[in-house]
Amino acid sequence: MSDVILSVKNLSVEYRVEEGIVKAVNDVSFDVKYGETLGLVGETGAGKTTIALAIMGLLPVPPAIVTQGAISFEGENLLRKNEKYMRSIRGNKISMIFQDPMSALNPSTYVGEQISEVIMLHNKVSKAKAREMAEETLEMVGIPRNRYDEYPHKFSGGMRQRVIIATALACNPNLLIADEPTTALDVTIQAQILELMEQLKEKKGTSNILITHDLGVIARMCNRVAVIYAGEIVEIGTLRQVFKNTAHPYTKGLFDALPGSNLSGGKRLKPIGGSMPDPISLPEHCKFASRCSRRTDKCEQCVKLTDIGDGHLVRCVSPLCGGEV
Amino acid sequence: MAISYVVSLLYAAGRYRTMSVILKAENLKKYFEVPGGTLHAVDGVSFSIEEGETFGIVGESGCGKSTLGRTIIHLHQPTSGKIFFEGRDITYVTKKEQRELLRSIQFIFQDPYSSLNPRMTVLDIIMEPLLIDGMKRKEAMNRARQLMEMVGLSELFETSYPHELDGGRRQRIGIARALALEPKFVICDEPVSALDVSIQAQILNLMLDLQEKLKLTYIFITHDLSVVKHISDRVMVMYLGNMVELAETQELFRDPIHPYTKALLSAVPTIDIDNQQKREILHGEIVSPIDPKPGCRFAARCRFATDKCRSDDVQLREVKPGHFVACHNI
Repeated sequence: MSDVILSVKNLSVEYRVEEGIVKAVNDVSFDVKYGETLGLVGETGAGKTTIALAIMGLLPVPPAIVTQGAISFEGENLLRKNEKYMRSIRGNKISMIFQDPMSALNPSTYVGEQISEVIMLHNKVSKAKAREMAEETLEMVGIPRNRYDEYPHKFSGGMRQRVIIATALACNPNLLIADEPTTALDVTIQAQILELMEQLKEKKGTSNILITHDLGVIARMCNRVAVIYAGEIVEIGTLRQVFKNTAHPYTKGLFDALPGSNLSGGKRLKPIGGSMPDPISLPEHCKFASRCSRRTDKCEQCVKLTDIGDGHLVRCVSPLCGGEV
Repeated sequence: MAISYVVSLLYAAGRYRTMSVILKAENLKKYFEVPGGTLHAVDGVSFSIEEGETFGIVGESGCGKSTLGRTIIHLHQPTSGKIFFEGRDITYVTKKEQRELLRSIQFIFQDPYSSLNPRMTVLDIIMEPLLIDGMKRKEAMNRARQLMEMVGLSELFETSYPHELDGGRRQRIGIARALALEPKFVICDEPVSALDVSIQAQILNLMLDLQEKLKLTYIFITHDLSVVKHISDRVMVMYLGNMVELAETQELFRDPIHPYTKALLSAVPTIDIDNQQKREILHGEIVSPIDPKPGCRFAARCRFATDKCRSDDVQLREVKPGHFVACHNI
């Protein structure tokens, strides 16, 4: 058996809208190994969530369309499976945690029932047994079992997010995709949730994809990290490779723009000038070139992801380390 | 001569201030009547802000930081307590006086999209406060163009609508509008929280530039500790309507004293992968701010809580010069 649970190969996704074709994901490839956490980091509109929805088979079609690529999960290409098959693995083998804990819960159903619903959908168990299992799951995420018969509005934001996590974990998925799981939460609650996710990963050996714009969360949680810009992976490697041997100017720019990164003590931050290119008319060459301070004529050519050593891939003609490509 | 030398040294070190208080709040309270009882959103907050300083207010959702900001600018009428602006009591003002006050105190909102009229062009949005203030249309237009240039918005966007612009540009409109009447004092409520880091850095730099150029005083309300650390001179930490700690920024981040401040600071994820410090995880849930019981509001989540903490209210005390803490156990 290979050590890869999920392999995304050359995935491209477009949204065909009135204004034109939005190229949301462009030729993205990555692997997730058993038991590891891969981080996808990037700014708004980079295509992170589209990648997650493509894996889950939840892209809104139309307007979305997968134009190329393959997503193999435990050896099966999910893009060739029908909806019935996807329903059988969604919430069962692959689960997703959504960003907004309020809109992901049904406001008119008891929180416990929302969990036992998932359990009954995927397992042949009685209602009483499902309730028992749901109560255990609630306890696992630190919510007393006697709160089973309560509506979501009675729960705080952090508790709701724990309910979402409980729902996602109810069937012991092999792969968990968490899309900005703590972005809507306060830092002290975020710390609780991250701790919980880490414990569960250790206990159950789940593989994770963690989508976030927060580099601090990535540093805390991930083994490997992929940096996404304008629908492309611009840098991918182990946490250490990307954080300590940052090679792509965009990744470097993200770090430099953080308050507190300026060690000289000055008050001025180093923003990345300009803004992300319009996804309807993306340039053929490097998509970051228009904002890049290291731009040269060579940047006008098409750039491929290139290995600069030990599986550290970078999409740049003159990366910050690892020499010329 | 010796004195002026010392002063210039202090000035260079950024420690010298003219020490003139521009805004002062005394035991300020704002309660809301809600179906379950009385919600104590801001409960007895006192502080004074000096001219030219950036006063950070930090806390988690529901701690009352936004209500406090809105109460100062009279978007909410205070329940009790006093607010002074430049020595004048502005706790209760008439509509006319309030309009007058808006020339000096302005507000920048978190969500630059929902705070901008979607049916007005950029130029019209920035002109609006000027026109309301009685300026002639032509003059207002010229002034609005100057403001756009000042906040770094190209004149190409004059006739654009807010939905056509990205978040960073929208926030620039919000800033231009707030500065239109040349206020001295600007209350910024989470001005960069909705923005990506690269854009956030652009806006923070702009705000620092404008402060220097226009001698502005800021209240900077945010939940983001790294932003508040970067931009503020002093920081006040709030928890469920109460102040728990107030100190100069460096001091607060170097030596946090209140257990809540400590937990808050340790919860911030750091990008330094070799130095992932031990996080202090808070347990227990936040108590309800509706008709709160006496005692420290943080006691339910505090490791050090004693019976006294659960029964007696806490007062803010100065434990070091300029460093105030509200905790029974200090």
